[in-house]
Amino acid sequence: MAGDFGDLTRGVFPTILKDTNANPTTQPFWDAAKHDRLVAPRCTSCRTFRLPPSPFCYQCQSRDVEWVDLQGTGTIYSFTVVRHPLHPDLADACPYVSGVVELDGTQGAGARMLVNIIGVDPDAVRIGDRVEIVWEHVNDEMTTPRFRPVRA
Amino acid sequence: MTIKDRAAIVGVGATPYWKRGQSYPETELSMACTAILAALDDAGLTINDLDGFSIYSNSCDPATVGAELGVPEIRWATTTTSGGGGCAGALGVAAAAVSGGMATTVVTLMTLQQLNKRLGGSAVGGVLGYAMMSDGGGSPYGSSGIPPTAAFTANNGLLSPGHSFAQLASRHMHLYGTKREHFAEVCISTRDNAIKRPTSLRTEPLTLDDYFNARMINDPLCLFDYTMESDGAVAVITTSVERAKDLRQPPAVIMASAHGGDGRWGPALFRYFQAPDEFFTSSGHRPIAKRLYEMAGVGPADVDVALLYDHFSPMVIMQLEDYGFCPIGDGGPFVADGNIRFGAGTIPVNTHGGNLSEAYIIGMTHVREAVEQIRGTAINQVEGAEIALVTGGPAGLPVSATLLRKA
Repeated sequence: MAGDFGDLTRGVFPTILKDTNANPTTQPFWDAAKHDRLVAPRCTSCRTFRLPPSPFCYQCQSRDVEWVDLQGTGTIYSFTVVRHPLHPDLADACPYVSGVVELDGTQGAGARMLVNIIGVDPDAVRIGDRVEIVWEHVNDEMTTPRFRPVRA
Repeated sequence: MTIKDRAAIVGVGATPYWKRGQSYPETELSMACTAILAALDDAGLTINDLDGFSIYSNSCDPATVGAELGVPEIRWATTTTSGGGGCAGALGVAAAAVSGGMATTVVTLMTLQQLNKRLGGSAVGGVLGYAMMSDGGGSPYGSSGIPPTAAFTANNGLLSPGHSFAQLASRHMHLYGTKREHFAEVCISTRDNAIKRPTSLRTEPLTLDDYFNARMINDPLCLFDYTMESDGAVAVITTSVERAKDLRQPPAVIMASAHGGDGRWGPALFRYFQAPDEFFTSSGHRPIAKRLYEMAGVGPADVDVALLYDHFSPMVIMQLEDYGFCPIGDGGPFVADGNIRFGAGTIPVNTHGGNLSEAYIIGMTHVREAVEQIRGTAINQVEGAEIALVTGGPAGLPVSATLLRKA
């Protein structure tokens, strides 16, 4: 029976926020996501990536960025397997994996993504596993990222 | 000039501790007032002496409390920003107020009633609530408006502090070979301490089998690795060391206090996930430990008892490392060797039963225990205790710590 979060799939955390609430700083990320492209802002001054997109470079305080296409692959930096639903209506999604991914093509720290890792046996997930992005089309304004193990 | 040895905690007061929501029909205001009056009375002072508030995590509104209790004049009212990480640091702010001549008698307190609120969502709004902490500021228990960063975190399933700290614990296990048995030792030793105390909410014995049979909340954390949720209030009174000499209780002198942390740690753990590897897998306390020991002129070997903020058991292990009780990465084997046990360990930890087994009043139970250890009146009294360490956090910055000593 569908609860507050609709019909759920085990291992897939439901999209509880269906609006990007974007501002000019974050909008380019979502514009690219609509086309299944992963982009990240890189400081034009010191070339440090930062995610989520934010107004200032934490390394050099510059506000100027260029948006760079990334491959959408990366490595699991850390993770947790959520087994107990914080809300009873989330029970059918559990267990699911929520992790931190370091993205290929970036410096790592400063541009990590916090993502739901799907398509995997939660008990088999390890730090260092290779993962790739999968896009979920939510609505015309929002396509949201998840990751899954890299297919051989 | 620093605040070293210039102020002392002279009074402690508390309400009973209750399981979450069971303090009703008390309110957070009524519990705050009860604890403040008890703390003043403990010191041999009255409401007419109170002239300052140094709180954290917006624990109360000094204007409301002042009006309710008829405080004659408020001369100092500050709150340390962010959440529970500021609890020990608020004592340093109180000492700064007193030693700077801004106020004479300053209260630090937490009052907590988790009737309709909890940190981490139990409802749809609450689920989103945690994501809305992504850009910091405001109360962790709710905010208005959804920041643009929320869409980067809300849909990943990371809903609560427990989900966040598990990421640190997982990586600590990965880097250093830390095991669940090590987390279990933190929980079991803490429970053993709680059992002897009438204030404790969890007093049934905890065995290794119990630990491994408990349900997993989110790997690697099981039920017992989590703090409980509870209600109650604890207040302490800080005044100058000169005035402390004339008061009722033996003073617990504030040797040193520090709050803050590496600027990249960030708010509410969301930006924190961007922290460089060298301190991602830490409690965030290393810069605090360094400043604290420098101010006090002592080191970890001089500390007799450690009251370490224990919302999640792995974070006790990382604090033991960050405060220099063992090398970085060795926290697991260090606890497994019995080092944190009351009675036999080299550094007894959370002799009051901690957040894990006594009660969770966002750090103030640790402050209360530190004072009782220095007075020599603790139920699990560390023999000859001269110096006590009390910490706040890890949490969103600031994290904090204070060293108390006998006069």
